[in-house]
Amino acid sequence: MLQIKNLAVQYKNELPMIKDFNLSVEEGEIISIVGESGSGKTTVIRAIMGALSREGKISSGDILFYNQSLLGKSREEWQKLRGTEISMIFQDCGSTLNPIRKIGSQYVEYIRMHTKMSKKEAWDKAVSMLDKMKLADSENIMNSYPHQLSGGMRQRVGIAMVMTFNAKLLLADEPTSALDVTTQAQIVREMMALRDNFGTSIIMITHNLGVAAYMSDKIVVMQQGKVVDMGTRDEVINYPSSDYTKKLLAAVPEMEGESFV
Amino acid sequence: MFKDLEIVLQTQHIVKQFKTSKNQMLVACNDINLTAYKGKTLGIVGESGCGKSTFVRLLTQLETPTSGKILYHDKDIVHFSKKEAWLNRQNIQMVFQDPMASFNPKMKIIDILTEPLLNFKRIKRSEKETKAKELLEMVELPADFMYRYPHSMSGGQRQRISLARALSLEPEVLICDEATSALDVSIQRNIIQLLVRLQKEKNITIIFICHDLALISSFSHQIAVMYLGHIVEVIPGEKIKDGAKHPYTRALIDSQFSVHLSQDKQIKALDGEVPSPLDIPQGCPFQSRCKYCKEECRKEKPVLKEVGVGHQVACQYSK
Repeated sequence: MLQIKNLAVQYKNELPMIKDFNLSVEEGEIISIVGESGSGKTTVIRAIMGALSREGKISSGDILFYNQSLLGKSREEWQKLRGTEISMIFQDCGSTLNPIRKIGSQYVEYIRMHTKMSKKEAWDKAVSMLDKMKLADSENIMNSYPHQLSGGMRQRVGIAMVMTFNAKLLLADEPTSALDVTTQAQIVREMMALRDNFGTSIIMITHNLGVAAYMSDKIVVMQQGKVVDMGTRDEVINYPSSDYTKKLLAAVPEMEGESFV
Repeated sequence: MFKDLEIVLQTQHIVKQFKTSKNQMLVACNDINLTAYKGKTLGIVGESGCGKSTFVRLLTQLETPTSGKILYHDKDIVHFSKKEAWLNRQNIQMVFQDPMASFNPKMKIIDILTEPLLNFKRIKRSEKETKAKELLEMVELPADFMYRYPHSMSGGQRQRISLARALSLEPEVLICDEATSALDVSIQRNIIQLLVRLQKEKNITIIFICHDLALISSFSHQIAVMYLGHIVEVIPGEKIKDGAKHPYTRALIDSQFSVHLSQDKQIKALDGEVPSPLDIPQGCPFQSRCKYCKEECRKEKPVLKEVGVGHQVACQYSK
């Protein structure tokens, strides 16, 4: 469904941040991009979303979504795609919500922006989505401000919003990094349920190799803008080809792993 | 737990309450009794908001406890005068999560490293350079780094500098508050190796706060698990995986994602949210999320009970 061909992205007139990036995503597939900070993971996702910062531009290559190039899209075309076909989850969904408006009013506006629905219908739709995310007392959440919710609850509200239109492709930028381990486990479970229930494809950026290994079908390892390892989960975790991946895997703390004392 | 080892720092019935603007009481730490031994690491794990940072701020005298005692070599440091507290800072030093926020961005590394020593008049100004070189060497950084500014270094290098600064006074106790959480995994590993090497060389007591149980279990001698201001379990580091008894500790262990975890294995996540510390329920603090919760748990607060050597659990049903 999504094909990235020889993508190169550069900021200003500097050397390309990303060179020769190739990736194809099939329906219902979960792909993780892992790598350390500054390795260009976020740039890839932003390029797909057409949301590179002003200095950034795609200097060569192509991104195809159902065989249609995403590169030449106009503002209006993007507006139709984003939020309905392609959606994005951020590290802290709380910061993408307007802090001075209640969740309900933002959610209803978002739904009515993309479809023709009455306010009442949109409200009910929103509540049903929140229920699906196992958020207790969803009516109450609709009437809360973002700061009244905990980090994990905000993240679940974010995921609920993103899934309202059963997006075909979900881009997730470090969706669990800001959360506690127990909340992280809940969010991971919920994201996997999305794939199982709706057949959503997910591209996820993470620096947590454990989460990547648990969720993904394919793993891409990036270092300094280049792909150093790519393959199925099993290939990358058990038979990594590059030294960098081996080093990363060795550095992940494990419960019964290496002991320093 | 370590019978023949000297007790360096001990807290007795530490309680810390904050008053909120609405005149409610927020209990951040509730009756905390922990002991740190000479040359050993005490790890404290817990989720955000459980009071672990407040606890170490009490130890470093950045806050004063509402009640209870903090004994440093049997001397209560809570009621120290200003002068005594200032002098005692030489013995207990701290490394923070974000080194950038704990450095003055306009100071060069050489000044950052030697300021504590000058403050306590341990060295003369003329000796700054030699001392800075020595300290950089200790944390495996090249000597010419001393003329750099913090912004021209990477996160891992900066964290090494904060470690060097904290150790410059040769403290007996080093407190690390999420010192490696902001770093990439491979750099995190290097910092931990460095920390463990320095601990062995200098026989320092380390108190390490972290939310990553797997990391903390790799180098802690004792681990204390905190939930909602309470210590729910204290366990020797090597026993945590199989020996942990408290349902919350077990839940933390089950929420860990290991690289080698099979994809077919169900992740057993805890449901629900941590209750607000403004309104701690009567009885066991973990009752709202515990699957074994019974009638007694709602009525009576369990106390820490010894269940093995150096192993204490606060749960009615852990045998």
